[in-house]
Amino acid sequence: MPTTPAVEMRGVVKRFGETLALDGVNLSVPTGAVYGLLGPNGAGKTTSVRVLTTLLTPDAGEARIDGIDVVADPHAVRRRIGLTGQYAAVEERLTARENLDYVGRLFHLPRSQVRQRASDLLERFDLADAADRVVKGFSGGMRRRLDIAMSLIAEPSVLFLDEPTTGLDPRSRLGMWDVIAELAADGTTVLLTTQYLEEADRLAEQIVVIDHGRVIAEGTPEQLKARIGGALLSVRIARPENRDRALGALTPLCTGPVDVSPDDVAFSAPIIAGDGVVPGVIRALDDVGVDVLDVEVRKPSLDDVFLALTGHTASSEEES
Amino acid sequence: MTRRVLWMLRDSWVEAERHLRIIPRNIELLIFAAIQPIMFLVLFVYVFGGSIVIPGFDDYDQFLMPGIFAQTLVFGSAFTGIGLADDLQKGLVDRLRSLPMSRSAVIIGRTVSDLVRNLFTFAVMIAVALAIGFRFTGGAWNAVVATVLLVLFSYALSWVQAIIGLSVTSVEAANSAGFIWMFPLTFVSSAFVDPSTMPGWLRTVADANPFTLVTDAARALYNGNPVGNDAWWSLAWSVGLIAVFSALATRKFSRSTSG
Repeated sequence: MPTTPAVEMRGVVKRFGETLALDGVNLSVPTGAVYGLLGPNGAGKTTSVRVLTTLLTPDAGEARIDGIDVVADPHAVRRRIGLTGQYAAVEERLTARENLDYVGRLFHLPRSQVRQRASDLLERFDLADAADRVVKGFSGGMRRRLDIAMSLIAEPSVLFLDEPTTGLDPRSRLGMWDVIAELAADGTTVLLTTQYLEEADRLAEQIVVIDHGRVIAEGTPEQLKARIGGALLSVRIARPENRDRALGALTPLCTGPVDVSPDDVAFSAPIIAGDGVVPGVIRALDDVGVDVLDVEVRKPSLDDVFLALTGHTASSEEES
Repeated sequence: MTRRVLWMLRDSWVEAERHLRIIPRNIELLIFAAIQPIMFLVLFVYVFGGSIVIPGFDDYDQFLMPGIFAQTLVFGSAFTGIGLADDLQKGLVDRLRSLPMSRSAVIIGRTVSDLVRNLFTFAVMIAVALAIGFRFTGGAWNAVVATVLLVLFSYALSWVQAIIGLSVTSVEAANSAGFIWMFPLTFVSSAFVDPSTMPGWLRTVADANPFTLVTDAARALYNGNPVGNDAWWSLAWSVGLIAVFSALATRKFSRSTSG
């Protein structure tokens, strides 16, 4: 018999007036796994999390946590989950320790257990020195750490992290990554949402790509990157009249279709990264007599994944 | 069922404690909470006091001060909406709604702690009123009943304010939306003048205003005048408002999400 997934969504639909925020989302996260929900703004990431955490009722479909339906028994679901939303949801007029105590009591845990667990979490999230200071003076990174600690006070079976590093400076972001990686190593089931491929790549063992309220791809970071060839080549040539010759020379080297800019001088395509790729490209273009201005091989971004999967970039989608 | 009620009470207390704990830490807020009623009393009594004569009252101050007590308490209800809008804006409402806690506890805790703050304001105001010559000529018992009626009405309005706070998208909007209707509510009433001096249509509004009823009841009790059925009617209004708006506010809370 297959084991019950920790998180499950089946054909979940959610409408806000005219807008179809979720258009039949399917998702299954096994216990102990860390999944990344990747997509641009407005793709439906936060709406998915809100349905799973009982904040929104789906219009159709089913959502379950540990096999418990979020609509039929929201109370039982709430006892099993921890939620860290997009804002650091802390009471900034209380101290860090008081915040943990406050949430622990709302979970109806015994006072002594809350006290012990709060001390452990403060230690673990590097907040012990600031434990008795009012949160108002905390940095963004400290607030997020406290926020996650609050979500963990009742030892939830599933932790939801909605864009846990949005708005953090690069150093705090790295610190947050370490925190999440540690949670994963401890065996906590985590569903995190992010707009950054790099973040999903670093933290999640499985990535679910979501766009327009639908899951458009799912796989390990390696599998997803393989779909766009693992790296991205971009080339600039000097004269637009050489367009066709350059295209002919580049196509055999790449693992996917070569995209040409409207002015016929910039080319981009997925490619297998490795030693000798750049010299190889230059040589191939030189052989057909094309003057090269610039050759670059870089890691794919979310835009590149989206381009490969949907034919449009994530950022251009945001504006429309 | 009993279990649910127990949870509700316990969760409400945890919520109330969150706000009450902060009061002594925020000295500025306490100072302003004390200054505002003093300012109202002194301004009204000394600016209008000499120029207004109310039939049946030898001393306008004895007429006016219960009106100011009522108005100040009612204005205090606006803090409930502002506080909830703040929780909503900061994402705290999302967190609370994801917890296995009572749905109504967040607003009960908030309204109760606002009530405590309001009582503090009221105590300061009474002290100042006594210092500038106000007397409970109706006796201590009547004064207690009058105060309970006023406080209860203000508490009922804080449930209305809760809905406003959960309906707007920012703390600033909650601030404006929470206070703006307090002005017609308290001025188109018997709080400061006798409504019989108002133009006909306005007088109709003032007479129908529940705030007039509550103010009249409290004023009669403070001054030892016959109160008639006003006390019962004002009690009924408060209980009715609480019954209706607590259900609506809890429903609203259960559907509110940040951003």
